[in-house]
Amino acid sequence: MGPLSMAGGKREVLHWLDLLQQVYAANRAWLTELDSAIGDADHGINMDRGFIAVQAELAAHPPADIRSALQAAAATLIRHVGGAAGPLYGTFFLRAAAACAGKPELEAGDVVALFQAGTQGVCERGKAAAGDKTMLDALLPALEAMRQALAEGTGSVEILDRAAAAAEAGMRATIPIQARKGRASYLGPRSIGHQDPGATSAFLMLRAAAEAWRA
Amino acid sequence: MLGSQLEMKKLINDPLDAPAEFLAGLALAHSDLLRVSLDPVYVVRADAPVPGKAGLLSGGGSGHEPMHAGFVGRGMLDAACPGAVFTSPTPDQIQAATRAANGGAGVLHIVKNYTGDILNFEMAAELCQAEGIDVRAVVINDDVAVEDSLYTAGRRGVGATVLAEKICGAAAERGYPLAEIETLCRKVNRRARSVGMALTPCTVPAAGKATFELAEDEIEMGIGIHGEPGRERLPLLPAAELIARMAGMVVADLPFRSGDQVIAMVNGMGGTPLMELYIVYRELHHILEGLGIRIARRLVGNYITSLEMAGCSLTLLQADDELLSLWDDPVLTAGLRWGL
Ligand SMILES: Nc1ncnc2c1ncn2[C@@H]1O[C@H](COP(=O)(O)OP(=O)(O)OP(=O)(O)O)[C@@H](O)[C@H]1O
Ligand SMILES: [Mg+2]
Repeated sequence: MGPLSMAGGKREVLHWLDLLQQVYAANRAWLTELDSAIGDADHGINMDRGFIAVQAELAAHPPADIRSALQAAAATLIRHVGGAAGPLYGTFFLRAAAACAGKPELEAGDVVALFQAGTQGVCERGKAAAGDKTMLDALLPALEAMRQALAEGTGSVEILDRAAAAAEAGMRATIPIQARKGRASYLGPRSIGHQDPGATSAFLMLRAAAEAWRA
Repeated sequence: MLGSQLEMKKLINDPLDAPAEFLAGLALAHSDLLRVSLDPVYVVRADAPVPGKAGLLSGGGSGHEPMHAGFVGRGMLDAACPGAVFTSPTPDQIQAATRAANGGAGVLHIVKNYTGDILNFEMAAELCQAEGIDVRAVVINDDVAVEDSLYTAGRRGVGATVLAEKICGAAAERGYPLAEIETLCRKVNRRARSVGMALTPCTVPAAGKATFELAEDEIEMGIGIHGEPGRERLPLLPAAELIARMAGMVVADLPFRSGDQVIAMVNGMGGTPLMELYIVYRELHHILEGLGIRIARRLVGNYITSLEMAGCSLTLLQADDELLSLWDDPVLTAGLRWGL
């Protein structure tokens, strides 16, 4: 391992966005399968469509800095995803972009700030809370793990690894929950026993971030 | 399990192209009524924007045809924004369609209560208001199968959407100002209730697989319009028993009372023969008659569908003279036309 304080930057963010396209393409069927159990069978299709469009946008207009890369991702997701996931992930990247404004590099604290701003955006846009069986059940524990790791003085890779692990646990913990937000809430008790598709795509997003920063 | 649930058998080309190719076909067939924009995707009536008239716009996932694109035209919607199949449209689409529908008197967004639709329409309304267009939104939530509580995303918008689009479209055509159409739309929503059931699931073209599995002797009661499973799975019973149960849920909820006159919609989910829909209508007619409720106007057919799903939904709207008079006004769209 190199020095702990080595800051990641634009390269990591672009790699992350690139990985997201691969990850959602590879998990399109799984996410859609999860959504067909408690939703309307489109979540994998939506995410895949969105991140293909993000890659096309970044290829057509290479971003100047971290903020504009995340901003372009946000605008593209809002335009191409639709559903609940479009505005929610769009808002995540919009806020994340704002948190990176003027930063040529991302120190460990900046990485946490990026995810904190994004997660906050999802809370405000969707008005859901922890335990409602949504993507927040992966994002909120991940954020908590990041803060703790940061307080312990670990670097970005370790922070993101621990966030991904917490997101994975949060994702699994959605299984026994009865949904209170989104389409799954229409099922009442029948939503129990199924993993939330949005929590799953959020876990995949964090795992891809850990991989991007590690590389 | 039915063999047809295992594979996709559809008259399409590339599954991902299905919504756009549908719109292209609609435009070719009805160039006298509407125009289609493909980037971003929206449909507007041929003479939009109508100067001085309040605009009416609705949108939602594709797969519910004729709603909404098939309701664009004189006396109904000025614009429709279809999303991908069962997926809400995006803010840029809604923004572009709102501009196209705005004849200077503002635009009403009729939004069905689904998280995706709500969030995308909210973002679009912010964008439109920022450019000075008076945009109002009414959220339709008439589905009695969903509890309206803190523990759900609230009731889904289903059949009442069609009735609201017809009635508000007539009001806009008569020259009602935007604020009055908004009030009228809320009134329709407040007085309408629906419930749906499925005999078979449906297959989203891009997914290629049925949205749920049902045995041959099972039905899903309390479905929405997105091929999702319903509130409960029941054995298949004779139409008389199923419709009694559904009508009971709708009537008890408002509640509709003896002496009420209603506009009733018996709606097919896309794959139900008209013979069965009229059998359902007969049951409904007798049940309501027994309760002293008179069906003053009715629609029987496929108006708000879930692709090829078999099943039906019932919608009742407690009518008054204003609503009946607006209902009877002329309408000229691909999916609904009379009086012209
Ligand atoms: N209010 C909310 N806040 C946060 N996340 C939410 C909220 N509502 C739904 N979600 C998440 O969105 C996921 C579903 O996203 P998806 O792309 O399938 O949209 P959708 O609900 O099907 O939208 P649409 O109804 O327009 O098709 C859920 O699994 C859940 O994690
Ligand atoms: Mg979905």
